[in-house]
Amino acid sequence: MGKTFHKPEALADTITHYCPGCTHGVAHRLVAEVIDELGIRDRTVGVAPVGCAVLMYNYFTFDFQEAAHGRAPAMATGIKRVRPDLMVFTYQGDGDLASIGLSEIVHSANRGEKFTTIFINNAVYGMTGGQMAPTTMPNQRTTTSPFGRKTTSEGMPMKVSELLASLQTPAYISRQSLTRPKYINRAKKAIKKAFTYQMENRCFSLVELISTCPTNWGMTPVDALKWAEEKMMPYYELGDHKTPEDG
Amino acid sequence: MTKVLMKGNEAIGEAAIRAGCLNYFAYPITPQTEVAEYLSRRMAEVDGVFLQGESEVAVSYMIFGASACGERVFTTSSSPGISLMSEGISYITAAECPAVFVNIMRGGPGLGGILPSQADYFQATKGGGHGDYKLLVMAPASVQEAVEMVMQAFALADKYRNPVMILGDGLIGQMMEPVEFPDHLKIQPTNKDDWATNGMSTRKGNTRNLVKTLYLNPEELNAHNLKLKAKYEQMAREEVRYEAYNFDGGYRLLIVSYGTMSRVCRTAVDMLKEEGLEIAMLRPKYLFPFPSGPIRDAATKDSCQAVLSVEMCMGQMVEDVERSVAGTSPVHWYGKCGGDVPTPEEVIEAVKKLVD
Repeated sequence: MGKTFHKPEALADTITHYCPGCTHGVAHRLVAEVIDELGIRDRTVGVAPVGCAVLMYNYFTFDFQEAAHGRAPAMATGIKRVRPDLMVFTYQGDGDLASIGLSEIVHSANRGEKFTTIFINNAVYGMTGGQMAPTTMPNQRTTTSPFGRKTTSEGMPMKVSELLASLQTPAYISRQSLTRPKYINRAKKAIKKAFTYQMENRCFSLVELISTCPTNWGMTPVDALKWAEEKMMPYYELGDHKTPEDG
Repeated sequence: MTKVLMKGNEAIGEAAIRAGCLNYFAYPITPQTEVAEYLSRRMAEVDGVFLQGESEVAVSYMIFGASACGERVFTTSSSPGISLMSEGISYITAAECPAVFVNIMRGGPGLGGILPSQADYFQATKGGGHGDYKLLVMAPASVQEAVEMVMQAFALADKYRNPVMILGDGLIGQMMEPVEFPDHLKIQPTNKDDWATNGMSTRKGNTRNLVKTLYLNPEELNAHNLKLKAKYEQMAREEVRYEAYNFDGGYRLLIVSYGTMSRVCRTAVDMLKEEGLEIAMLRPKYLFPFPSGPIRDAATKDSCQAVLSVEMCMGQMVEDVERSVAGTSPVHWYGKCGGDVPTPEEVIEAVKKLVD
């Protein structure tokens, strides 16, 4: 009887530090599977964020750089401009990409830098213990919005995919979800499409992934998946928000 | 070799290309924007990379990314922009990546002014960013010297796997002087396969490279810092560079001055010599490592009554001069801020107050 399932070559054979029920594990595996299937592991450079995924370089088996908070798109720009033959991706959370790093991701997308960004949206700052993020839902309680996010003083949650899709430069911008197998399958397709555009040297690509943070949401992993589907997905629409074919 | 008349900023840009650096990321800021304007055209001619980033913060990380994947890279900026790059510089140094930074200093603090200054001495030599780190700091006093230092900087950055900073000022950047680009300063690319993230296929191997600065384990972080410290100690042994001016004859006072300011002091020394008053000048060419030993030796000469640090700021290098002299001689400071370069007459007046 042959092997029916195995760890991708791009994924290191080690235990991660992520919480039980954290969807980083799923996201990492999808990225690794796509890299394996496209045969690009030996020319890929990942750029790790500051966040729960700060140690992600321990979980992959190819070249990695560790960025300062929010600056991964700038580092990726540097790599891709001087070595356009390398496959470059950043992997960033809500704080890294949508808060401190908002300028870097907007300008990278606007210049059409040919790297791929995986954006983990779990509506909260995970690593530092659950503070409010630009993507936190209205009335959602976090450690820095203990009475719930007040949109009158903290604004509405930021829809990053739509924001980047509004730029005029061609790009592939897609939002997917990791809350159940059928969405995970679509997410993988989107990630593969993103890396394929990069292989074609076509455009900037970003895949936003609705993710859960059971620990900081104060829920069980299963309840967290439910909360993401009931509270986040109606607001954060899934689908391709921009493709380079758009006029 | 032909000499050409070039503006300092443009010569600095050209020097990088002649040294074999074909990658430049930058953000406009007075008084060094001409480097970017020059290279936006020139890099295209040599098939190099030019990118105007969205901010100095972003630029410092583009430098980091490019350097970490093994490519030679540099940037130029001015004081407030270097402040923005300081975090990035801390990271790049921690990651042991080579890079060249040029600071064409302007008046500060804050938005300050756009005229020349020497007020970023502390920032450059003591670390504008956080943590224990040092940059090798070069201080050109002419456009020709700036050209040669830029070219040498890439070799030293590779030698130490450490960023190198060229500390110029608005005058060096803006003035035009004859320059030549010595062929012998063009360096061959260094093999960086043992550490750079240049892709496993580039290295034809199966081990990956990781460029990081996070060491959560205290013993590992301590060991890493000791490794960095050893580099700075090696620099202190091997890279002390200075010029001794008018050291023969019994000088009554020692001036310590660098960059543009040292040219004015040189004229003051010459003028005083005509009057019969012998003054010497020690001009540091590299500010880190600082020529402590040579300054102490020069200050302890019997005829020397005092040491005068002349700087276009409120007194920064004077603290290193005091430290070098270690109480064996009185140390004073003279300088001006705001952008008006002190005149030889003003320097002479300051000197005469200190000698009888």
